[in-house]
Amino acid sequence: MFKVTIDNKSIEVEPGTTILQAARMIGGDVVPPAMCYHSELKNSGGKCRTCMVKVSQGSEKDPRPMPKLVASCSTEVMDGMVVQNITSPEVVEARKAVAEFLLINHPLDCPVCDQAGECDLQNLSYENGSNASRFEEEKRTYEKMDIGDLIQFHPNRCILCYRCVYAADQLTENRVHGVLYRGEKSEISTFIHQAIENDFSGNMIDVCPVGALTDKTFRFKNRVWFLKPMDAHRSCSKCSGKAAVWFRGDEVYRVTGRKDIYGEVHDFICNECRFEKKNSADWIIEGPRKIESYSVINQNHYKNIVIPSVINPIKETME
Amino acid sequence: MERKIILENIEIDGIRLLEVYRENGGYKSIEKALKTMTPDEVVAEVKTSGLRGRGGAGFPTGMKWSFIDKKSGNPRYLVCNADESEPGTFKDRYLLEHIPHRLIEGMICSAYALGANKAYIYVRGEFKSIIGILNEALKECYKAGLLGKNILGSGYDLDLHVHTGAGAYICGEETALLESLEGKRGNPRLKPPFPAIKGLYGCPTVVNNVETLANIGWIVNNSGEEYAKIGIGRSTGTKLISACGNINNPGVYEIELGLPVEEFIYSDKYCGGVKGGKELKAVIPGGSSVPILPKNLILNTLAGEKRLMSYESLSEGGFITGSMLGSGGFIVYDEDACIVRNTYNFSRFYHHESCGQCSPCREGTSWLESVLHRIENGQGKMKDIDLLVSIASKIEGNTICPLGDAAAWPVAAAVRHFRSEFEFHVLHPEIVKNVKHGSLEKYLEIPVLTAE
Repeated sequence: MFKVTIDNKSIEVEPGTTILQAARMIGGDVVPPAMCYHSELKNSGGKCRTCMVKVSQGSEKDPRPMPKLVASCSTEVMDGMVVQNITSPEVVEARKAVAEFLLINHPLDCPVCDQAGECDLQNLSYENGSNASRFEEEKRTYEKMDIGDLIQFHPNRCILCYRCVYAADQLTENRVHGVLYRGEKSEISTFIHQAIENDFSGNMIDVCPVGALTDKTFRFKNRVWFLKPMDAHRSCSKCSGKAAVWFRGDEVYRVTGRKDIYGEVHDFICNECRFEKKNSADWIIEGPRKIESYSVINQNHYKNIVIPSVINPIKETME
Repeated sequence: MERKIILENIEIDGIRLLEVYRENGGYKSIEKALKTMTPDEVVAEVKTSGLRGRGGAGFPTGMKWSFIDKKSGNPRYLVCNADESEPGTFKDRYLLEHIPHRLIEGMICSAYALGANKAYIYVRGEFKSIIGILNEALKECYKAGLLGKNILGSGYDLDLHVHTGAGAYICGEETALLESLEGKRGNPRLKPPFPAIKGLYGCPTVVNNVETLANIGWIVNNSGEEYAKIGIGRSTGTKLISACGNINNPGVYEIELGLPVEEFIYSDKYCGGVKGGKELKAVIPGGSSVPILPKNLILNTLAGEKRLMSYESLSEGGFITGSMLGSGGFIVYDEDACIVRNTYNFSRFYHHESCGQCSPCREGTSWLESVLHRIENGQGKMKDIDLLVSIASKIEGNTICPLGDAAAWPVAAAVRHFRSEFEFHVLHPEIVKNVKHGSLEKYLEIPVLTAE
């Protein structure tokens, strides 16, 4: 067993555990946020750079600190490793930088985005972002693309976490979707604009940390914070049938996988359960789902908010 | 001081051909290494030589080789990185065009030292002619029994292949190169694991620059100790420098490390001074990704010592008053060069070449480019200059591979040393819009002239 200390809290973990996994075992504030890492998807992680931490002691044997910040999702712990997350100003600064970079081209259309309230980027920028943008250029936009009847794709909102690419690749056999082009112009796309049609395609919605992939059958029907999620199951021949069913009154608005407190789904569900079973009679209700406090809007209140000074476009030219 | 290791005999007609190359002492090292030395002895020689990676980072080659995982039992690979595409660097191209057998000789020795039976040369896609030259050279080697099964009767087998890139700068990063070699999208991998443990096809791999490998033949022939005598301090051996910009004699020069920078710029043996007798303004000593230095800091260090062409001397003073030897792309600017325009040009390059995998580099490089574009075209604001520094500092160190750093350093250094020029662009948009090149202070006098 390796002993690792994160933000002055120690834990013993198996060799091969990553820093992020160790931090999640401790829980609480020491857990770095992660946008692209998903524990159920192989090779995911390392791309968004939000989970970066400082390793101030490499290991018991070699106590030298690591020269750069490391991505906690892909760095394995060593015995005696000392890690700083929010106790390091350098980490806080870097995370703020990443939040800014992710937001410069992301449309700030949360009021009309279906993901609002359960969006990892929204949470990240609430925790680590700044109140005003320094980006004055035109935002990057893409042509609209249709990837089928069930999933709505908004490439403008995509942060290129590659999660849906891995999900499409690993959950199903017939891969039609990946990343095209390079650099700032890279985009998620299907091969010559094909529709994504397989029984598990809906899981791409669940793994998407932002509102780039949303449920067409639920679009604009309701805001998530008005809905009550219930743990429910049904017997399904294709999947585990374990899902979260979102009610308003007696009406089922949508069905999703059960996300844990880090926004990860561990039981992927099939498209039949997700898109077709929208009747409360289809489901055996287990009980209300605990609403985790990880989302700002789920809490229904904002704390520490600083209201930006009134933006007056004339003011600047007058001065 | 005239010492040639890599470019030895380059002036001989037909040295590109195996026959001529062998007549002039080529491929002797193979016989020596394969027949009289054990692989470990070759590694030991390279270690003693103090040879450092010539691709830019300057990591000791012998050390890199000793990291290779020999216990796993997996096949080992040697990969030559000939994806030279950094603006200002063209040394490998010169070497490959004129004396390809120097590389192949070095690769056979190196592959033997590493116990690799398969080696690849990853060539930049734009080097169309070189691909032909290399394939021709390999054909000759196979015919002469220098490659293939049982080389020169020593019982050692080696297959050497040329692989063509598709013209992406990022594939010069070693893990992206391996991905590309495997036939995938050229995205850099997360490290660790390093290629020495898990490289090509998940097997232990060493990736070395063309110039690094071209040195190995000489080291085997003349011993590492002899090699370590050349150069200065920990910068042993010679280095190819591709000099370009506003100088009288642009071209590729082999210099002994430790040559004073001043001599390199002004000596007729090398650059021959600044073109047209103009004043030297700035130098980028190691290819576009290293910090630019103004005249006073490139000729002398802050402490007043003469700056030498060596890894240590060029980086003295850190990034505040120093730079890096990098890949040896020596770019010289005269007094009329516009640093802002030049920085914008580099920034555009890095924006175009970012792979788009990690967010700081993907978003940051495009942001840098657009801010610089605004300043260059007379639409900048004063606060944009600080914004540039801030963006650069936020990219640096936060990315998967060094491309992010390479994009951030030149911008940060240009603002650090030539801030007044950026301010000039902001304050005099009309002049900047109409005059694309030239020392901008000169144009400050324009209003005076028109007033008359």
